[in-house]
Amino acid sequence: MIGRQRDENPAGIHLPLEPLPGHTSRGRLERVLRRGEFAVTTELNPPDSADPEDVYNRAKIFDGWVDAINAVDASGANCHMSSVGICALLTRMGYAPIMQIACRDRNRIAIQGDVLGGAAMGVANMLCLTGDGVQAGDQPGAKPVFDLDCMSLLETCRIMRDNGKFLSGRKLTTPPQLFLGAAINPFAPPIDFRPYRLGKKIAAGAQFVQSQYCFDVPMFRTYMQQIRDLGFTEKCFILCGVGPLASAKTAKWIRSNVPGIHIPDSIVKRLEGAQDQKREGKQLCIDIINEVKEIPGVSGVHVMAYRQEEYVAEIVDESGVLKGRQPWKREIRRDDQLVADRLDHILHDEITETQVDMVKTAH
Amino acid sequence: MSETTPAVTQATLVKKAAPKSDYKPADVSPQRRVQRSFAVRLWSVRHSRLLEWFYARFADMFLLLHPLWKGIGYGRVEGPIKFVEKRVKGFMFDCRMCGQCILSSTGMSCPMNCPKQLRNGPCGGVRANGNCEVEPDMPCVWVKAWEGSRNMKHGDKILDVQKPVDQSLRETSAWLRVTAQAAAAREAARNAPNTGVST
Repeated sequence: MIGRQRDENPAGIHLPLEPLPGHTSRGRLERVLRRGEFAVTTELNPPDSADPEDVYNRAKIFDGWVDAINAVDASGANCHMSSVGICALLTRMGYAPIMQIACRDRNRIAIQGDVLGGAAMGVANMLCLTGDGVQAGDQPGAKPVFDLDCMSLLETCRIMRDNGKFLSGRKLTTPPQLFLGAAINPFAPPIDFRPYRLGKKIAAGAQFVQSQYCFDVPMFRTYMQQIRDLGFTEKCFILCGVGPLASAKTAKWIRSNVPGIHIPDSIVKRLEGAQDQKREGKQLCIDIINEVKEIPGVSGVHVMAYRQEEYVAEIVDESGVLKGRQPWKREIRRDDQLVADRLDHILHDEITETQVDMVKTAH
Repeated sequence: MSETTPAVTQATLVKKAAPKSDYKPADVSPQRRVQRSFAVRLWSVRHSRLLEWFYARFADMFLLLHPLWKGIGYGRVEGPIKFVEKRVKGFMFDCRMCGQCILSSTGMSCPMNCPKQLRNGPCGGVRANGNCEVEPDMPCVWVKAWEGSRNMKHGDKILDVQKPVDQSLRETSAWLRVTAQAAAAREAARNAPNTGVST
């Protein structure tokens, strides 16, 4: 190869990839998953700033370790930079973002517009979520919209992609090419219903799903068994959500404050017994990855290391899930490097050319 | 788990941080303020099978009366029917008059009572004790819906993907709409073979 990485458009890193047969998107994540490689995705902690560098710096630490980055849409109902904005910045730099769309803040008119806008910027993956209630965030006085729910949102995106139409039936001139995702939580009641709910999501259009934090591997294993029996693992890629816990105190706080995250007592005890709790939290995450990657039907992991993003690389490395494969990494192209080297002196030389000097040297 | 840990939710924190004054309305959400007891709603879910049977007969009866509705005019009967429907379903299911009733697909638990108005199943935030994430005292509408649907004959209708709510149908009678649609379908079925032969 000519110094080019796999899954990169030769005409520019920010451009979509060549369409492949059987693929619905032109993105990298779908290629990795359909090749049968164990995928790693992660979450970018959205900045509370208007500086693009904040996004680039936060994405840089994942370089070469993850296949796609989730751009969260006001997670936990807290205000942050929008997922559309983050995606616009990330696609410019060639990253493969997963644009999260939550139904909490926008109605169907806004959402369909954002889907088109995102796809036009080169976003290939969209994750359809219901979103947390407004009471969970920093602005509990906001109006909860919830015009669509995650299921009808998935269906809307699927209709836009496959039928080339808005929900109203109006035609799109160019339909978006998308790889559609959804979220699952196998750890919340009603437990019996959860596998069927995944079936509903697949029927609505989900092609990959990311799970809630998995701390209870036996429970996850049972769930996987159930969905394997229902034949869902052949229709959909399952990515298991994992993440390091900073300490036993954090674990307890999450348990009582963040609805939907199930942390068994054994995990809290293990953290409490450790000398260095942060280190133990990371080790625990690696152990869980090593267990879940062996479960048949698991196609990847989604590493959520909120405020511990620097650990993602270590976790991925030490768990060895990539098996020597290196995901796409942002690199300076060879010709760009050449130009940069030649012109580097301009930055350092203290020459101020005046027009008079230039005329003199020209003669 | 949830029994041992005190529920210090974000909502509680926000409530605590709210400016102190003599007048403090109870509870977090306006919806919760309107309603304090879920007994009747839960009764309906427990007796979903009976209600399913009753509803089927009731729909047949309404369809039989279709000529009457048509004679008087659907527009004219809408008022009184809606009046009755709103009160009956309001009492039984805490109906929110979305105008596109799917109770028979949701185990007789009205999904519009979900703070996120989910019509396709529970969100990921259901508490370990089966209560709602937004309103900690309320049993999750969808946990109840699943329980209710398991008692029903056609309970597997809960697995159908529901279309988004048409907000323009709010505060209209779902009974009349279903009847009119069923009558139209019956008419179409009756005409279909005839047209097939004649043309």
